[in-house]
Order: sequence, then C-alpha cells, then structure tokens
Amino acid sequence: MSQALAADESLDSAAGAAGRALRLGLLGSPNSGKTTLFNALTGLRARVGNYPGVTVERREGEAEIDGRRVVVIDLPGTYSLDPISPDEAIVARLLAGKVAGVAPPDALVVTADACTLRRSLLFVGQVLRLGLPSCLVVTMVDELHARGGRLDPEGLSAALGVPVVGVVGHRGLGLTELRRLLGHPESWSRPVVPPPADAVGRAGWADSVAARALTTPPGRELRTARIDRVVLHPLVGTLLFAAVMVTFFQLIFAWAEPAMNAIDAAVGAAQGALRSLLPPGLLVDFLADGLLAGVGSVIVFLPQILILFSVLYLLEDVGYMARAAFVVDRAMGRIGLEGRAFVALLSSYACAVPGIMATRTIPSPRNRLVTILVAPLMTCSARLPVYALLIGAFVPARRVLGPIGLQGLVLLGLYLLGAAAAVVAAAVLKRTLIRGEGLPFYLELPPYRVPPLRLLAHQVWGAASAFLRRAGTIILSVTVVLWVLLSFPRSEPPAELSKGAAARWHVEQSIAGRIGHAIEPAIAPLGFDWKIGVGLVASLAAREVIVATLAQIYALSDEDEGSLRGALRADVDPRTGSPVFTPPTVAALLVFFVFALQCMSTLAVMRRETNSWRWPAFAFGYLLALAYAASFSTHRLVSWLGS
Amino acid sequence: MNLARLPVGGAAVIEAVADGSPVALRLLDLGFVPGTEVRALRRAPLGDPTLYELRGTQLCLRRSEAERIQVRPLPARETNG
Repeated sequence: MSQALAADESLDSAAGAAGRALRLGLLGSPNSGKTTLFNALTGLRARVGNYPGVTVERREGEAEIDGRRVVVIDLPGTYSLDPISPDEAIVARLLAGKVAGVAPPDALVVTADACTLRRSLLFVGQVLRLGLPSCLVVTMVDELHARGGRLDPEGLSAALGVPVVGVVGHRGLGLTELRRLLGHPESWSRPVVPPPADAVGRAGWADSVAARALTTPPGRELRTARIDRVVLHPLVGTLLFAAVMVTFFQLIFAWAEPAMNAIDAAVGAAQGALRSLLPPGLLVDFLADGLLAGVGSVIVFLPQILILFSVLYLLEDVGYMARAAFVVDRAMGRIGLEGRAFVALLSSYACAVPGIMATRTIPSPRNRLVTILVAPLMTCSARLPVYALLIGAFVPARRVLGPIGLQGLVLLGLYLLGAAAAVVAAAVLKRTLIRGEGLPFYLELPPYRVPPLRLLAHQVWGAASAFLRRAGTIILSVTVVLWVLLSFPRSEPPAELSKGAAARWHVEQSIAGRIGHAIEPAIAPLGFDWKIGVGLVASLAAREVIVATLAQIYALSDEDEGSLRGALRADVDPRTGSPVFTPPTVAALLVFFVFALQCMSTLAVMRRETNSWRWPAFAFGYLLALAYAASFSTHRLVSWLGS
Repeated sequence: MNLARLPVGGAAVIEAVADGSPVALRLLDLGFVPGTEVRALRRAPLGDPTLYELRGTQLCLRRSEAERIQVRPLPARETNG
C-alpha cells in the first residue's frame, strides 16, 4: 500500500505543477501492437534518441488527450522486467527514475495481444507489481474474433484490478475510449493484491485471469499454420529464403542505382548552374565543391535507405523476418551471431550504411554491436570502382579455365576475403571484447499479418529522417572539411603549367597533399607513395573518391578511366626509376581496400546507431590495423613470390 | 528428459527449468514454467533451432537453451491443439 500511496502523491504534485505534461510509459512484449498504438496516440510527433550509455532507442511522443498534455514514452519491447543485460536494465532504471535527465513515467500503459493472453499476462503481472497506476490495452481483438475467440474486458478488468480497453490499433477501434481513460490515471483502479512475485506462481495467476477474460478461447491460427508448412519446409523454405534474399539484395543494389545516378546528375547540374551564375572564386568553389557536394553525398544514400527499410519493415511486419532468422540461425550461430544478422550483412554488400541501419531488427544488443562492427568488411559497391581500376590496369585479361578469366577470379577473391574476414572478426569479437553474458536465444514467430500501409510508411520515414538528421549532418561536415583539405592553401600555380599540370600542382600543395607526403614513411612498407597517400586521405569521403583524386594527381583533364589506367602503369618513381605500381604494391593496395574503413558515412551511421564515438573509433582502428597488417604481408608475399 | 530431445510433433509437460541462472529466469518469464504443456512443432532446415508452441504462442529455442528445460513427455493421444 505504501508504494501505491507514494505514487498517488507524485501524481498529485504533478497535477499541481502548472503545465507539466503527464508522462505515460508504454510497455509491451514484441509483436504486442505497441508500436501501432504509439503511432495511433502520438501521430508523427515522435522524438527519437538514445538512452545515455546504451544502444537502446529512446522514443517519446506528445499528444493532447482529453485537454491534457501527455508525453508517451515508448519503452523497448521486452518479455520480462527482470533485466539480464545492461540494455534491458535501462527499462527498470527508467521506471525507478534512475536515468539522468529522463523523468520517470507517472503511469503505465501495457499492451497485450488478445490471442496470446496466457503468455502476455506473465509480463502484465510483472508490470502490475511495480505499484504505478497502470492500465491494460488488449490489442488485435479483431484477430481474436476471427479465430472464434471472445474477450470479456470487464471480467479481465475485475480479475486484474486495473482498467482494460480492447482496441484494434490500426483501425482506430477503441481508441476514443482509451483516450478518455488515459487522460486521468489518478482515477484508475488498483489491484487489491499484487500478482505473485515468482514466475511459477505468476503463471498460475495468469492462467486463472485468462480463463476469466476469455469467455471463448481462440481456435488455432490455421492460416499461419498453412503458410508455415511451405515457408518453413526444409527444402522449399530454404529455397524461398534464398529467393527472398537474392531479390532483397537485387532491390537495394540495382533498383537504387538509377535514383542514385539521378541524384548525382542533379547535383552535377546544380554545381554547373552555380558556376555559371556566380563569378569564379573561393565562394563558388565552396558552394559547389564543398557544400553542394556534401549535400549530394548525404542524399545519395536515400534511395538505398528508403528501399531497404520499405522491404525490411514489410518483411518484419508481415512476419517473414522471424522465419528467415529461424531458417538461417544455425549458420549464423556458428560465428556467434544470430539469424537476423544475415540480412544486415547481406545489405552491406550494397553499402554498409543501410547494412548497419538494418541491424535494428537484431534484438540482442551485443549481437547487434558485433554485426555493426563487422559489416564494413563486406565488399560494398563503393569498392568496385577502385577494384575495377586496379584490376583493369594491372591484372592481365587472360582466360584461366574456360570462360573464367583471371580478372574475374581476382575480383571474386577480394569478395571472399572480405566475407571471410567478417566471419573471423565476428567470432573473435564475440569471444573477446563483446562476450555475450550468456543471453539465451529466443525468437517468437508471430502470426502472418497484413501490415497497415500507414504504419509501414511511418517506420520507413522514421528511419530515413533519423539518418538525415543524425548521420547526414556528420557526412555533410566531413565532406566540407575534406574539401578544405584538398583546396587550401590557395596559391597561384606557376604560369607555365598547363591546365592539367596546374590541377596536379594544386593537389600537391594542398593540406591533403602535405598529409600524403607526411604519411609516406608510414605507408612506404606497403609499397605506397605519397600519391596513393593523398588518395587514401581523400577516399575517407567515400572509397571511390580515390579514383577521381588519382586522376587529378596524374594531371588528367578528364576522368576517363582508360587514360588513368595508362597513367598508373606508366608512373615511375623519380628516385629509383622503377614503376610505382609494381605487382606487390597493387596487391597490397587491393587488400588494403578490402579491410580499411575508408568511409566516413559508415562511421557517421555507426555513431548514430551506437550513440557514441567509441565504437566507430574502435571499428576504424581495428580495421586500419588489419588493413595495414594484411597489406604489409601481401606486399612481402607477392615480392617474395616474384623474386 | 530435456526438451531438446522431444521429437517433432511430440508434446510434453514442463517439469523444471535448470538452476537459477539468468538464462533460466528468462526462460521462466517466457512461459517455460513447470506445469505448462509444450509441443515441438518443427526444426529449422539446418537442424537447429526448434520451434515450440506453448501458452498460445510459437517460440524457437536453440538446442543449448532447450537442454536446460526438463520435461515429461505426454503420450500421443493425450495431446490436443
């Protein structure tokens, strides 16, 4: 009782403080319709952030309910309030008011799926033991009815001792009644006796409450059982999994490309328009090559992100993602990850940015972190132009076996090397730095559902806008910084230089050029000279930028790849007179690009998803160390083989 | 016997969940509570994990977790939906 009194007092004082919003904590198990309810209550006005110190997403939305300002706190979906990991502990700490800067909720709203009431009530029982004013929202009442079940909300309310409202969230049924209730938690009834503390006692309690609530229990979900006979069939299910994954990959790889090219073209056109409008000088250079290029490098990711999340959330909401994870879990379990990591790693073949964002569907925060850290090792599409340039220039185009050429084999080898490195890195990270605390693996297979399109659009927009705000700003600023490094100091080249030579002179004089010279001793053991050094610095913007930078350094007026290949082959070291791009150097450079995290967009999105600079810094460091070591060994090995 | 050894299609009643480890506590919170009836629905194509039905939901567990749950198998005729 004392707990209940204390809660009452806090509510009274809350009502006394003029204008203070009522804080409602929204709790529920995964698949219990919590997100749909959150969106129905708050509309598009959700604020998304992170809780301090953990990778758990924090979502709050404001609404006006019954003339009262209400903040709805969407707490992470969970099956239990007994935390067994730091990320789960955040919910318990938040409810106790122990999270700095986050006021605890004044009252709790728990969602439970009407069709799984016997299981959901185990969690409801835990929530009711907290002693905060609580109410229960029973969702998916329409599905219960479709399966022949009947719910008695009054009976359930009487058995629990708290108010109960049945809703069909996506159709808005029951929401008016719910809103009326949510505005006045001080008048909610409280349980006379809290549910049992131990799990076994609580299960008995849940069974008796469910028996009273369900006047007719639901029959078997026949549609799901029928679909699963095909989708989870050992052979058909595996083939279907492969087909879905290939289609998924094709969508983000191929479908996004026309849109990405269009964005590139539009940015190019805007740059051209700017140059024709403004007099040449620092301002127009900054606007066109710094700012506009920066904006372009942010929005160029939007097609991939929109497609990725449309497909991802569709598969998730329909119920297939859990099945896909079930099918592939064992293979991923071998390397210490779980089934859902497969989708994220596959997306990373297109680009690590959407790949890392796709890890959001991984429930275990540890597994999610490991997946984020190894995702950059998958061969993304930005590496292809670099591989194409080097392989095209230095690997002879000869047939090895039938139609299979040496160039293709080298390319395949680079892809395999990246995948193998990701597997090894994941296994090592799981056994050392990010050891799981023995978290059990469990996965619920929800019934198949047709997701409401509005919810889908909500989720996709949420992901895209989070990317634009959090990662976009970082990408934009780094692009501008790199522009500064490549453009300053600005001095006039000697008059006798041709246009191409002047461009090269500019690069060599720039801060980036000096950095290239400065790091030459460090990269000399890999066989790299200062020109490659500048390329590596510039490729931080995006890996393929090294191609344009090398073109500029080799004083090519255009970026025609054929002439760049020729220039690379013809380049000789002025001190020794021997070629710069020897086989060991080319091999070392290719291997360097397999490993190194030369991509600030990936770093920015890692920062966004892990809520700290620590993990992007770690990823950059370990991948750079790996790249250096592998590059050095490759250089030695190829030199030795060639001698 | 433990739950991992329950053949696909078979039903059993949970008797105990091993030790008081965090894993065991979580299994209890998921509904693997003594006295609850559980059915093995199917195994994943690669042999692990296994999909179980209990308390009106379908959950998969890996072998390592299922081994922590002691069950008493029910004869085939006793099982229903």
